[in-house]
Amino acid sequence: MTRLIGGLIDRTAPLSFSFNGKTYQGFKGDTLASALLANGVQLVGRSFKYHRPRGIFTSGSEEPNALVTLHSGARTEPNTRATVTELFDGLEASSQNHIGPLERDLLAINDRLAPLFAAGFYYKTFMWPRAFWEKLYEPAIRKAAGLGALSTLPDPDTYDKGFLHCDLLVIGGGAAGLTAALTAGRAGASVILADEDFRFGGRLLAESDLLDDSWPSEWVDRTCAELASLPNVRLMPRTTVFGTYDHGIFGAVERVSDHLPPSDEAVRQTLWRITAKRSVLAAGAIERHIPFQDNDRPGIMLAGAMRTYVNRWASAPTRNADDQVAIFTNGDGGHRTALDLLGKGVPVLGVIDTRPDAPVFGKYKVFAGATVTGTKGRLGLQAIQIRQNGQSTWLEAGALGVAGGWNPNVHLASHHRGRPVWDEDRLAFLPPKDGPKGMFPAGAAAGNGATSVALADGMRTAQQALAELGTTAGNIPLPRVTDTPDTQAAYWHVPTTKRAWVDFQNDVTVKDIALAHKENMRPVEHLKRWTTLGMATDQGKTANISALAVMAELTGATIPETGTTIFRPPYTGVSLSVLGGGNTGRHFRPYRLTPTHAWAKVQGAAFTEVGPWMRAQYFPRDGETHWRQTVDREVLSVRKDVGLCDVTTLGKIDVQGPDAAEFLNRVYANTMATLKVGMVRYGLMLREDGHLFDDGTCARLADDHFVVTTTTANAGAVYRHMEFAHQCLWPDLDVQMISTTDAWAQIAVAGPKSRQLLQRIVDGFDLSNEAFPFMACAALTVCGGLRARLFRISFSGELAYEIAVPARYGHALMERLMTLGKDLGVTPYGSEALAVLRIEKGHAAGAELNGQTTAQMLGLGKMVSAKKDSIGAVMSRREGLAQDGRRLVGLLPLEPQSQIPAGSHLFTQGAAQTMQSDQGWVTSSCYSPHLGSYIALGYLENGHDRIGEVITAANPLEGQSFAAKVVSAHFIDPEGGRLRD
Amino acid sequence: MLIPHPLLGLRDSQEFTYLGDASLMNRPDPAGPSAEAEFCDYVFLRDNPAGVHRELWFHEQGDRSWLVVTRNTLTHEILGAELARNLPARGAE
Amino acid sequence: MKFSGIKVLKEALTGHKGWKPLWRTPDPKPAYDIIIVGGGGHGLATAYHLAATFGITNIAVLEKGWLGSGNIGRNTTIIRSNYLLPGNQPFYEFSMKLWESQEQDLNFNSMVSQRSIINLAHSDAQRDAYRRRGNAMHLSGADAELLSREQLREMVPFLNFDNARFPIKAGLLQRRAGTARHDGVAWGYARAADMRGVDLIQNCEVTGFDITDGRVTGVQTTRGAIKAGKVGVAVAGSSSRVMAMAGMRLPIESHVLQAFVSEGLKPLIPGVITFGAGHFYVSQSDKGGLVFGGDIDGYNSYAQRGNLPVVEDVAEGGMALMPMIGRARLLRSWGGIMDMSMDGSPIIDRTPLDGLYLNAGWCYGGFKATPASGYCFAHLLATDTPHETATAYRLDRFHRGYVIDEKGVGAQPNLH
Repeated sequence: MTRLIGGLIDRTAPLSFSFNGKTYQGFKGDTLASALLANGVQLVGRSFKYHRPRGIFTSGSEEPNALVTLHSGARTEPNTRATVTELFDGLEASSQNHIGPLERDLLAINDRLAPLFAAGFYYKTFMWPRAFWEKLYEPAIRKAAGLGALSTLPDPDTYDKGFLHCDLLVIGGGAAGLTAALTAGRAGASVILADEDFRFGGRLLAESDLLDDSWPSEWVDRTCAELASLPNVRLMPRTTVFGTYDHGIFGAVERVSDHLPPSDEAVRQTLWRITAKRSVLAAGAIERHIPFQDNDRPGIMLAGAMRTYVNRWASAPTRNADDQVAIFTNGDGGHRTALDLLGKGVPVLGVIDTRPDAPVFGKYKVFAGATVTGTKGRLGLQAIQIRQNGQSTWLEAGALGVAGGWNPNVHLASHHRGRPVWDEDRLAFLPPKDGPKGMFPAGAAAGNGATSVALADGMRTAQQALAELGTTAGNIPLPRVTDTPDTQAAYWHVPTTKRAWVDFQNDVTVKDIALAHKENMRPVEHLKRWTTLGMATDQGKTANISALAVMAELTGATIPETGTTIFRPPYTGVSLSVLGGGNTGRHFRPYRLTPTHAWAKVQGAAFTEVGPWMRAQYFPRDGETHWRQTVDREVLSVRKDVGLCDVTTLGKIDVQGPDAAEFLNRVYANTMATLKVGMVRYGLMLREDGHLFDDGTCARLADDHFVVTTTTANAGAVYRHMEFAHQCLWPDLDVQMISTTDAWAQIAVAGPKSRQLLQRIVDGFDLSNEAFPFMACAALTVCGGLRARLFRISFSGELAYEIAVPARYGHALMERLMTLGKDLGVTPYGSEALAVLRIEKGHAAGAELNGQTTAQMLGLGKMVSAKKDSIGAVMSRREGLAQDGRRLVGLLPLEPQSQIPAGSHLFTQGAAQTMQSDQGWVTSSCYSPHLGSYIALGYLENGHDRIGEVITAANPLEGQSFAAKVVSAHFIDPEGGRLRD
Repeated sequence: MLIPHPLLGLRDSQEFTYLGDASLMNRPDPAGPSAEAEFCDYVFLRDNPAGVHRELWFHEQGDRSWLVVTRNTLTHEILGAELARNLPARGAE
Repeated sequence: MKFSGIKVLKEALTGHKGWKPLWRTPDPKPAYDIIIVGGGGHGLATAYHLAATFGITNIAVLEKGWLGSGNIGRNTTIIRSNYLLPGNQPFYEFSMKLWESQEQDLNFNSMVSQRSIINLAHSDAQRDAYRRRGNAMHLSGADAELLSREQLREMVPFLNFDNARFPIKAGLLQRRAGTARHDGVAWGYARAADMRGVDLIQNCEVTGFDITDGRVTGVQTTRGAIKAGKVGVAVAGSSSRVMAMAGMRLPIESHVLQAFVSEGLKPLIPGVITFGAGHFYVSQSDKGGLVFGGDIDGYNSYAQRGNLPVVEDVAEGGMALMPMIGRARLLRSWGGIMDMSMDGSPIIDRTPLDGLYLNAGWCYGGFKATPASGYCFAHLLATDTPHETATAYRLDRFHRGYVIDEKGVGAQPNLH
């Protein structure tokens, strides 16, 4: 490792790291890129298309070339920019996208074949023979494409999400950002200062202009110390604000522990949603390059990046200490680099300045009115060709800095689709005038990049922003700076008949742009899509503006007429893990558990996901080897004795008020106003478009008090709908409602012995058929004073009740019923048996109420009252609905032991099976232990008129076909005697 | 997005469920002579403006108020929010 | 000029001097037989089929921006014919057949890649619904297979089988489904239409319709008035705005849908996979990016950009389904405006105004429909009768009660 003098690295803290298996040394404060350069490593990767050798081009997140894969195993992290990877001890990096060693990539053959791979070539070939695309061409392309590889293992790290609020979010902690934050911080505003770098300072750390006569980093440190001391300021280094969203909301990622050796404990990254009343965009600027022939070799980098490596990291850009460095520039910026290099003792070949009147600032050679017209050096720059006064000269150079001017970082200011504004004086696009509300660009991001100007601009901008919040922020002392404004002359590319790269990563050259122009792909979006310009991991941060300048030159339009492509979030890549915020695996969504969940678990129940709920599916007993054995037993127990099932998941809505009955009359298709106190009625709700919405029961506990149940799936939607009906349609009705799904535990007690069992827990309540008939309901107490509600309703078709107690007593009630019912053969049953029981009885559930069906199809068309208005009534009478002849029927397979799977389609026997002859489908299917046969429910064309007909149920998907007899959907007790006894 | 709830101040839009155009409050007269056609227009047709839009949001994870929010669909700027239940006359217009 | 491997080779050897513009840049003529409003995928496909299939070439496509700047310029590139309802499935299967010969028909490689799609089921009920759908696909002549959990584990082992909140129970596979290069599709149609004499006019925004006695006779544009025998509108995302100029209200809301692409990665995901318990679907492009999406943001919008909650929701879905993608990075997200119709299905129909035809309401499934949409709209424009696979896409189906509601959520566009 060779280091220059100075720099902001901690030489007392050496770190060891590996690149492509070889071990190197660096220091704390290094990035992977600065440490590689210090070790004389220029070649770090390969380009996407031509697999050209590539080095480090920038010193920031705009890096197009130096992409590496970090870590190994499950933590493998491809496409990581070496330029922003903070060095830590043991860091493991490798180059990517090559076959064989990096130095001898077999895919470099693509470079030889480059003439074939011109812009858009793949749209013009690979079309014959047709079948070869998927089999031959595409696999080959896919294999060659892509950059790094994922491990295919689950990410083992931990991620977090958080929310922050502030008066002022300052994005970027360079000169302008620091003065903005300090101005606002001193004024007492709540401030967040976020910077993607691990050290605040921005370009101040990279430049050599003195502040108050000392190194800029000293002023930066003092300022950060004061900011850190202010309780109203939150400093967020290693935090990239990646997106500007609505109403002052920003997305940001904090890389909490990426700079530390991997650990199983630490949170790796945190996703922050920052809500800011105002923001200052001080995101700096990105230097652009000047395309010239063979300008992509390792060792060629942005001149500003070169200054950063020299000044901040004491890393020379060359492989050997005595290699000469050349600079190619169209302005004063290149000369700064020459001066800083000389100041650090790096040999400078000279500055090649496109301006004929190029200034001279120091003791180095200036090639005025000159350009670079070629380079040599396969794996690292060895020589450059300079053209001056019509003469070309080859000179040896180990590195070349290129300075083509600066592009303000308008990204975050353009996320709301405002268009950046071209500024001819600055030769740059400035942030849009109609940018995000409350955002104030400052410093280099606003085109005010000179250090002294940026420092003042930050302060002024913060004052403006806070003034809008009614806060007056005073001036802060700004440091004295001895900088002079840089000048430059527009110069966009050096003409050549060979390749001059514009977008390095995607290998887009000036020739490609010319070809796009020739083929009439001239609008900037066509240019981008035809050539893949700006579509690489860097999103063209160093390429786009130069490219559109080239296109403007070709079309004769101006740069602003040519326009930019659209800026879209994220500003830089954001890991999918952190966007998911750790809500993965079993944490993807919360679990809703029923009040008897813990009890069921002890019983050994199997559970199943029902929407957000976990429900007991069945309760296996010793000796039962197949779930069907268990379910059959549970079903038969209910039909013979008594069973218990937790039905808490059904939605419950408490409706109260003098107008409750009238209100329910309007939301239910059938009449509810006539319901007597102490009785329950089955109800159908329609959507306003006349289709079935939901079904459930409506119990009237008092004149002005109803309890409504919904299906599990629609609990939320029905409640929302009822509030809509009340608040938005009929606010004059005096009624209130609340969801009580979670407040009451509800247990179905079903079977011939259910009355007997319940009699043992009610407190002196008469359960006789006369006193408490079918569809009765009551509020009562059980178990010696426990508040409860009892409904005599039946989903199974048996004598049955549902009993509700406050949720916290659900578990105890279940245990009590189990204990007291032992001699009655009480059996817990799960959702599976519940489903069998309801299919046997022909009750509709989710599969029949799928949002595409009608009351008529269920056979309940008459329930839609014509005597009153209700939601959906009018539209349920439309032609298409009224003429729909499909009806719910039962289906008995002629082979009783063959299951007709739900999802089979129904046909007249012998008919061709096509979409035109399709007569319906099977909605639900199960084995009925009661009948000793498989049974099914389905919607069948004219189903009610076809009872007894044998039809075909076809499942061509799985190669099945069944003959089935059409029967009533009520397989059990169609007269309903059992539930009325 | 942040929604200025008239009672609760600025609330994150994630607390709300969106329904759509506030014209859904203007349910036609079911007894009218052309009720079916009017209901179809009411249920299916929308102005769908590119600009200021009055729309219904339900504060599902909040106080369960239905709000009428006035929002610009081109910029997402919110110009105001009112409690639906406090708004005057509705029904066939 | 015919594109071919030989041509590419020849140009490579001769310095690419022989390439010609992919299409002309004509000025609008005063009148056309047919004007198509909208130079997105559907508009361009319509123009191509009018010229190539129905022999009508005196037509213009008017595009307010650049060709292909509609939602064909921003989508997740999925093609499939795995619908349930008889109003839809034959149409999408027709579209799939057109995809299968598209490159040869257009002489343009739009990279139609039949890499398959798997729709995952996470409950018995969902599996049953997919069985019903898979059977409907068979009935329409399409291919479909129902995969067991074990078969899926073999095919896509990187899914979360062992630590999932919603376990994978089954999957509906369509092998002929896949992806296509979305921009390439637009360019292929544009070039093929231009070659047949269609005028593709960019930067030409329609600002009004000329209506005389209930008949549309032409359009007003930013480049002047243009007369037309018939006008077909194919401007999904802006349908309400454009049709409002003809005095029509549509059963459509405009909503923003975000989509996402990751940085390039070596091949990882074979086909298209959709999560059945969260909002996430994904494929991998030939370039290596994971192309994925989820739900619409859910509020009316014309802003062409979305918000953070959906970004997080989609990423959560992705991480829950395939936790191996966590260390990939999101590269770019974008928002497009969808014509969300009241039943989730499109409209290809005449309008109450003579001479004015509408192609709209594609929700966020318009890309896969591009070939058939173009064909059927051209059929309607050319013959004044609907194509046999598009007879259900009538504008009056809502009022008459013949909605095509695949999801069963009714007239709530943000749920379709």
